[in-house]
Amino acid sequence: MKDVMTSPKLHDCRDAFVATLERLGADNPKIVAVCNDSVGSSKLGGFKSRWPERLVNVGIAEQNMVGVGAGLANGGLLPFVCGAACFLTGRSLEQIKADIAYSNANVKLIGISSGMAYGELGPTHHSIEDFAWTRVLPNLPVVAPCDSIETAAAVEWAAHYDGPVFLRLSRVGVPDLLPAGHKFELGKANLLRDGDAVTLIANGTVTHRILKAAELLAEQGIEARVLNMATVRPIDVEAVVAAARETGAILTAEEHSTIGGLGSAIAEYVVAEAPVPMKILGVPGIFAPTGSAEFLLNEFGMSPAAIAEAAIALIARKSSRA
Amino acid sequence: MQPNDLDRIARQIRLRDLQAVFEAGAGHIGGEMSAIDILTALYFRVLRIWPDQPTNPDRDRFVLSKGHVALALYVTLAKRGFIPEEEVATFLKPHSRLNGHPNCNKVPGVETNTGPLGHGLPVAVGMAKAAKLTGAAYRTYVMTGDGEMQEGSNWEAIAAAAQFGLDNLTLIIDHNRFQQGASLKDTNNLAPFPAKLEAFGWDVTEINGNVMDEIVPALEKRGSRPHCIVAHTNKGHGISFMQDTVDWHHKVPNAEQYKIAVAELSETL
Repeated sequence: MKDVMTSPKLHDCRDAFVATLERLGADNPKIVAVCNDSVGSSKLGGFKSRWPERLVNVGIAEQNMVGVGAGLANGGLLPFVCGAACFLTGRSLEQIKADIAYSNANVKLIGISSGMAYGELGPTHHSIEDFAWTRVLPNLPVVAPCDSIETAAAVEWAAHYDGPVFLRLSRVGVPDLLPAGHKFELGKANLLRDGDAVTLIANGTVTHRILKAAELLAEQGIEARVLNMATVRPIDVEAVVAAARETGAILTAEEHSTIGGLGSAIAEYVVAEAPVPMKILGVPGIFAPTGSAEFLLNEFGMSPAAIAEAAIALIARKSSRA
Repeated sequence: MQPNDLDRIARQIRLRDLQAVFEAGAGHIGGEMSAIDILTALYFRVLRIWPDQPTNPDRDRFVLSKGHVALALYVTLAKRGFIPEEEVATFLKPHSRLNGHPNCNKVPGVETNTGPLGHGLPVAVGMAKAAKLTGAAYRTYVMTGDGEMQEGSNWEAIAAAAQFGLDNLTLIIDHNRFQQGASLKDTNNLAPFPAKLEAFGWDVTEINGNVMDEIVPALEKRGSRPHCIVAHTNKGHGISFMQDTVDWHHKVPNAEQYKIAVAELSETL
């Protein structure tokens, strides 16, 4: 595994998304992109210049955008519906439920700039509720890749998966963590580092932070297991149960509310299958104050140092139970 | 199929719909009766469809956006051969695929799941746009209620349809003048509809939506812009005591009312 410290190059995962979409689009004329005026923020300029007619821009109208996506799929096309995650999921949640998930429409929902990527623009533009809103919907896999390699792999997977998908992307730069050529498997966590003192689980922009936290823990002689869990639904139950049984404590961290997200999804299985102490890091159920994504993640205890500290406190709870 | 035959089929569908509402003890009978003539014209005359190939890519699409009148669609689909006619008896029964709102993954002939209002038209715009992109010859029809037009998502879709030049799309507004709680006029009166649709760049045809001679030509009309049929209909059409009253949005007839309604619908079968 690459050392984050020595891999300073950060990637905007939108680039991997559009590069993959264009590569797939060249072979598959059924692929169309649908957007809500978000050509620039979804980085669809290249797609548009190659295939202007295959870029369906409905204007600033997210409910219509999602419905149109369902209709395009009904007509035999393979739509990638792209928009800022906050509007795509919040504004058109009922369309996602009825037109996409319940209808089982073969539509790929691409939430751009999720989490607190829009930082200073404030809570209207933050998308820290989208895991909670989407993961309760049947038929809808929810996936948040951790780097550009996993993003490309997940887009490739989504294009071949027969059914709806919600892919949650960011615009905040992240280092590459997974090996080149990595293949995405739905509902399968990736072991980034093994250990038996505690398991750290994250996805999206936070995975590299828990990996760094594990390095800090190792400096203190604490070996943490690190799992990248891009798939929020379906959860990799096997990896979660193994983590609980083999390490005795689970810390989760996510660029999302602590309510209803990755941590909650994991806790649902931990409590039922293998109860152990847990710590869920995220935005603690509030509207975030002004600040960049970087600032806010640190503010909410997700700097590598703070994650390591929380892990140590969690390990202490584990010991006190013994 | 001639208008006289279509009228006869529409009356049979009304009668079966009424029976099913009475037997199930639920349904949206008022809006079903207003829409049935148009459904009949679509399924027995206008739509290019193959009941034995419900997913044939070349089929015309019909979206029932006012999904709460699912029963009228089920009876029509059954009569047209998409599902067994005897299956209508399972309407709303536990585990029946004939839910209170149509499910495209269970019921052949249903294109998309509707129920929440303001969903069908955006999906229909996507279907029509797909035909434009792929060169498919199918046509897309969608029926909304008039009260349903209060949903803002419809107007997003109306604007997009004009922008995309969807001359292969027909919207039918079942203008029966009543919504669940009151008349359209006393709630949020969008009527008259034609000028509004024309202002968005649509062609508009106004018809009596319970008269076959007006329904069929309107549905078969072709132009260069998206087409809206404002179908003036009667809620509860065909059953005298239900007609044009807000009470019969989802009321169920009692035994005596049922007898009268059956008699009225049977008179001309």
